[in-house]
Amino acid sequence: MTAPVSRRDVLAGALKGTGALLVGFAMSHPLTALAARITDDVENDIAGINKRVVDGDRVDAWLVITRDGRMILYSGKVELGTGVATALRQIVAEELAIAPTALEFIQGDTELTPDQKYTAGSKTLQVGGKQLRRAAATARHVLLGRASEHLGVPVEGLTVFDGAVVVTMSPSQRLSYAELIGTGFDTAVNDQADTVAPENFRVVGRSAPRIDIPAKVSGDFTYVHDIKRPGMWHGRVVRPPTIGATRMTATPEHIDRRHLAAEVEVVVEGAFIGVVAPTEWGAMQAAQSLKVSWRYAPTLPRMEALFDTLEAMPGDEEVGIDVGDVDTRLAAAEAPLTATYRWPYQIHDSIGPSCAVAEVNEGRMTAWSATQGVYPLRASLADLLELPQDEIHVIYAEGAGCYGHNGADDVTADAALLARAVNRPVRVQWSRADEHGWGPKGPAMVMKMAGALDASNAIAAWTFENWSPTHTTRPNADDGAANVLAGQLAHGLTPGSGTVGGNRNARTLYTFPHQRVTTHWLSSESSPLRPSALRTLGAMQNTFANECFLDELAYAGGLDPVDVRLRYLNDPRAKAVIEAVAKRSGWQPREQPNGQYEASRASHGRGIAFAQYENECAYVAAIAEVAVSGQGVRVEKVTVAHDCGQIVNPDGLRNQIEGNVLQATSRVLKEEVGFNTTGVTSLEWGAYPLLTFAEIPKVDIVLLDRPSEPMLGAGEATSAVIPAAIANAVFDACGLRLRRAPLTAAELRRVAQQS
Amino acid sequence: MAKLTLNINGTAQELDVEAGEPLLYVLRNGLGLKGPKFGCGLSECGACTVLADGKPLRACIVPAASLAGRTITTLEGLGTLENPHPLQQAFIDEQAAQCAYCIPGMIMSAKALLDRNPEPSDEDIAWALAGNLCGCGTHLRIVRAIKRAASTMRETPIDSREGSA
Repeated sequence: MTAPVSRRDVLAGALKGTGALLVGFAMSHPLTALAARITDDVENDIAGINKRVVDGDRVDAWLVITRDGRMILYSGKVELGTGVATALRQIVAEELAIAPTALEFIQGDTELTPDQKYTAGSKTLQVGGKQLRRAAATARHVLLGRASEHLGVPVEGLTVFDGAVVVTMSPSQRLSYAELIGTGFDTAVNDQADTVAPENFRVVGRSAPRIDIPAKVSGDFTYVHDIKRPGMWHGRVVRPPTIGATRMTATPEHIDRRHLAAEVEVVVEGAFIGVVAPTEWGAMQAAQSLKVSWRYAPTLPRMEALFDTLEAMPGDEEVGIDVGDVDTRLAAAEAPLTATYRWPYQIHDSIGPSCAVAEVNEGRMTAWSATQGVYPLRASLADLLELPQDEIHVIYAEGAGCYGHNGADDVTADAALLARAVNRPVRVQWSRADEHGWGPKGPAMVMKMAGALDASNAIAAWTFENWSPTHTTRPNADDGAANVLAGQLAHGLTPGSGTVGGNRNARTLYTFPHQRVTTHWLSSESSPLRPSALRTLGAMQNTFANECFLDELAYAGGLDPVDVRLRYLNDPRAKAVIEAVAKRSGWQPREQPNGQYEASRASHGRGIAFAQYENECAYVAAIAEVAVSGQGVRVEKVTVAHDCGQIVNPDGLRNQIEGNVLQATSRVLKEEVGFNTTGVTSLEWGAYPLLTFAEIPKVDIVLLDRPSEPMLGAGEATSAVIPAAIANAVFDACGLRLRRAPLTAAELRRVAQQS
Repeated sequence: MAKLTLNINGTAQELDVEAGEPLLYVLRNGLGLKGPKFGCGLSECGACTVLADGKPLRACIVPAASLAGRTITTLEGLGTLENPHPLQQAFIDEQAAQCAYCIPGMIMSAKALLDRNPEPSDEDIAWALAGNLCGCGTHLRIVRAIKRAASTMRETPIDSREGSA
């Protein structure tokens, strides 16, 4: 049964604050290009009858005010479940002196919103929020200027208040924005436009309830999984046994359709095999019943040999920093330390497997997708479908939380191929095994450290060397179909290579006079499992190694882990988060581990870690408190001090930090993709467990608000420091150094036996 | 296809059901209910949780035909956007959601818990939600929301509230 939602309902819903998603779309091709918007024509904009201005240099691309008073924000950055749809409204509302709930929010649509690339890397407020703030500030100046002309009052005598320009000394004299809007703003975004001064903030910096939550807890919210189109059928993809392997070796030898129901359609393009049926259960049955014999080659190393395999690969060497005289200092050191840290492949913990709907009308493809980038996905789809980009319309619809590049883009390509082949709307819902097995993986990495103290217990030398593929094989124009799974299967392509993320936070903020940081970049093709973006990219892995190894040096020299960090930092904001977290958690200086490992009794410890995300974004320090016994590691409490510059929505920020702490705790204690030489074997939550309610730590957060500083992303910075804080706490608790994630009970017992 | 009558959210519904078709697809595709979610199809994550005669049931694996005569409650049967159930209101008040995909299942598991234990401890909640996974890490807020709802429901018994299921 279809549950149709009209555009007007959706917009009315958004206006009421239900956060419903846009599911209407253009049946016909855009007819007219208008230089300036005709502002009582929003419905026609959204229907695609008018071609909207989506050039981000123009104010009209970001903001529409209609003559009947509607105010609509168009954002290329999308709500992934982190609360940005509320925070972005707060930023615009501040500039326009309105309530955030007065703004309708249209996001991620290749025909309606500006191209802001991907919603990723904690850049939505940091970059997208800044763009919107400038656009909204320009809009305010335009409205003030027009009011000044109409009222004959200089701009200095006018104020904006509650959706109107008001004469400051005579508030009954006012013109609403709707009265001033004419045919739109018709002006370029002025990057120099004055924005509201932080001391005058009324909306930004105050907790605002998330506008999407009421509809999400009532069942009214429309996720991509809920989108239905007239005449829609259901598709499933039948994939080869080489689950998740980067190199595509599989070809179908024989396809046996005998057990399928008569109405089921089978679509074959290379090794891409799909079934399409009128009902979802029918499609699931068909995917089970279709028998395919595959020819394929095992391409993966044995799981036990993964890290040796990575380290032995030739990779392009990139030196991040090389200062002082590292080698001489290391050679001269009395007791140099070396350590190797290892991080496994991990998946995205999306509770809802990826889903998409696609349909073709008169040769034009429309796809509803939970993609993080509607425009880049459109480029990859264009290559896959051999269509011009403007014949493809990608519309964002929210999925389950993604934390990076999960199967959302891939399933959209699946739906597009199937919809075109059967010439009807097709919804594809990935199975749990599809998502666990075939979704892109956060890359496994090896980090090798060496360092030494001198006679005065100063850090005399520091080297870091890691092995990583790129952490981004997202859809894009250059790699085209190679960066969606359907393209990889249909055409035997491998994802494009690059050098993104593997070196993130490889270099630290510490001012060691003699240090060298090197990354060995592996090609995407040489990465056994398909690599791409997972929360923090390589910052979690690299910070795990850096912050644990600094702890190793500290304990070797009898130095307090907090003091040693402060000693090698110059940046006052970096020092401030460390001092704040130490104070809040009641840190007691220590020079040796607090306890010893005992299998039958819990010992307790604390550990600290610090990073500035990407060395230029948010500053985070965390102190973990753990209990360790033969049963494993239990994280009891995590205290975080966090400085992301100007805070927009404090409660939204706390929600993100709490989520980062819990998700990173899950990743460092439990999560590891299992595989054999053919493919991924951890295909459900039993084989890839997540943190449960019985295992969650307490979380205490100190927010260091700096209203006059730029906004810095907060969506993932905290995740980077949690693993090291926990591993350092484990050492403090029991004197055992766990350098191989996940820090499971089995790994703990293995290390205990060897010590 | 076979005809089946189920009592769903207080209404007897005559439904077309395919052989072996789990309840989840009947609810989502047959009735257009968006509360119950597909998460794993294996009864491992709890996103599809509904109540059958008041007890949590994983709709993703239980064939609809096996439920003839049972009373099914989904998220939509608790409250509405305009008139939310105290549990739904508590999740709003505590801002206990990020992507919220798991939340309907959390609320349904919590409903069954509070019906049998009006004053649960943190341990009781952890035990009741042991089969509900959250990927965003919203657990702390979810626990707070359930405790808040429990408190509200103790202060204002369900029978005296207007319009609540």
